Amino acid sequence: MTLPFILFFVLALTAIGGALLLILAREPIHSALSLILVMMSLAGLYLMLGAEFVAAVQIIVYAGAIMVLFVFVIMLLNAGVEERTEYSKIAKYVGIPLGLLLLLDLAHGMAHSLMGRAPANGAGSANVMVSTRDLSLQLFQKYLFPFEATSILILIAILGALVLAKRDE
Amino acid sequence: MEFVTQHAVLVVSLVKIVILLFLTLTTLAYLTWFERKVVAHIQSRWGPYYVGAHGLLQPLADGLKFLFKEDVTPPGADKFLYIFAPFLALSLALTTIALIPFGPATITILGQPTQLIVADVNIGLMFVFAITSIGVYGVALAGWSSNSKYPLLGGLRSSAQMISYEVALTLSVVGVVLLAGTLNFNEMVSDQVGYYRYFPFIPRWHLFPQIIGFLCYFTSAIAETNRVPFDLPEAETELVAGFHTEYSSFKFAMFFMAEYANMLTVSFLATILFLGGWLSPFPESWTFLQYLPAVVLLGLGVYLAYDAVMGATGIGRIQLIVITCGALVLGVLCLLPAVIPIIQGPFWFLLKVGGLLFFYVWTRGTLPRFRYDQLMSLGWKLLLPVSLANLVGTALWIIFPLFVKHG
Repeated sequence: MTLPFILFFVLALTAIGGALLLILAREPIHSALSLILVMMSLAGLYLMLGAEFVAAVQIIVYAGAIMVLFVFVIMLLNAGVEERTEYSKIAKYVGIPLGLLLLLDLAHGMAHSLMGRAPANGAGSANVMVSTRDLSLQLFQKYLFPFEATSILILIAILGALVLAKRDE
Repeated sequence: MEFVTQHAVLVVSLVKIVILLFLTLTTLAYLTWFERKVVAHIQSRWGPYYVGAHGLLQPLADGLKFLFKEDVTPPGADKFLYIFAPFLALSLALTTIALIPFGPATITILGQPTQLIVADVNIGLMFVFAITSIGVYGVALAGWSSNSKYPLLGGLRSSAQMISYEVALTLSVVGVVLLAGTLNFNEMVSDQVGYYRYFPFIPRWHLFPQIIGFLCYFTSAIAETNRVPFDLPEAETELVAGFHTEYSSFKFAMFFMAEYANMLTVSFLATILFLGGWLSPFPESWTFLQYLPAVVLLGLGVYLAYDAVMGATGIGRIQLIVITCGALVLGVLCLLPAVIPIIQGPFWFLLKVGGLLFFYVWTRGTLPRFRYDQLMSLGWKLLLPVSLANLVGTALWIIFPLFVKHG
């Protein structure tokens, strides 16, 4: 049992536990906080993979900005405790089989990499610390077009929100 | 002992953490004294006066009072979050201080060379922003979990305010990052060594090319730490005490400490980014300046000794004599050849931080509170566009330098 191994399991179990709490908690604010817990443990996992920058951005953007807005809205609406309903039929008959299929696929991939055969997408080179410089060179040279396309997509989303908010006038 | 030699790195880190934590918590306690004294003098009052000489035992008395007060949990509060919120606020505020470098010196403890920083992270700046961006939850959750109207309004205000100003805060320092070409604090400070070629008396601190960035940064920082004139989350004329209305005893003290720790962090960051960190503003050839820390401490000791004999009475006199001895011993220590190179960095660093903290308190003593809509329009309509323009200008400057080739 090495330290990274233990850390991985702690973070992974926290992420899974947080995800379960997110679904099971009845108070909306507790759900939102569990989601933050999931994001923080994911950031920890990125950090263990040597992606410092991605870990920091994960916390700043998701936990620090997006989730703050979630919490803000929940507080503003003063949303009460959720009521239990009969679970949706679609989730039962389509969701569970699909989930099992995904789990099987993941297990298959993991088994492959455990056998020492081709690891998925070059994972496993965890000892390399990726510097911000390397990341930005990749982002602004090799992947410039997808990067800019994504930013335009986000811009369109912002404009859409503006149009929706201004509709009354 | 074998364990110590085997895990020297771990032990040294732990020792550094304990020392830093002790120093920080003491500083936090005495920052309250400092603030009360300065604000009092601005308003022609004496401030803390009776508890010890110059009121120097006041923080201790306050701490004891907080410890012995009854700890009330309001009925209907979300118990877990109500207790969790102050812990979150304080622990996050203290964590950022681990990323701050206090000087360039390398000390050898247990045969292990170590620097005056607990965690030297490659992207230190990003991590500080990551940690402070979660800090808003402490305030927001405190407001929500108290199950009361005023705290809820305070929590709502603070989350809106902190989101708004975080954008301007982050954008205003990107100019510095572009100039320095790094996110590491140590490298950022080394980037500011030296003087401008055409103005050989002005140090190459980022303050001068980034003066707009600095002003934007400090304004947003005051808002981000919920201080006057932006202290709307706890505006006492409207919201009783805002988000911590329902908190009592030591939980209230934790919010208080978190606020002061955030002030410290923000001043540390401003010093590293804009004011040259631990660098002295004077040329290196002025070697006599290396005795400055000793001179300051010895001078303080002599003044306090005079005060103990002439001014104070009773317990205050004993207390002043103890502090005098401490200052004199530290001053003599600063004269030792082994200590001189180590003390230079922290001395200048803390001097600049002290100046910024004074500015903070000065602002509080001078300015009235903003109205909420004024606060929002200042953040979104002034600070954000100005810091964006500053960013674009800096980027253009780096691509097309007009008369000084950078670096």
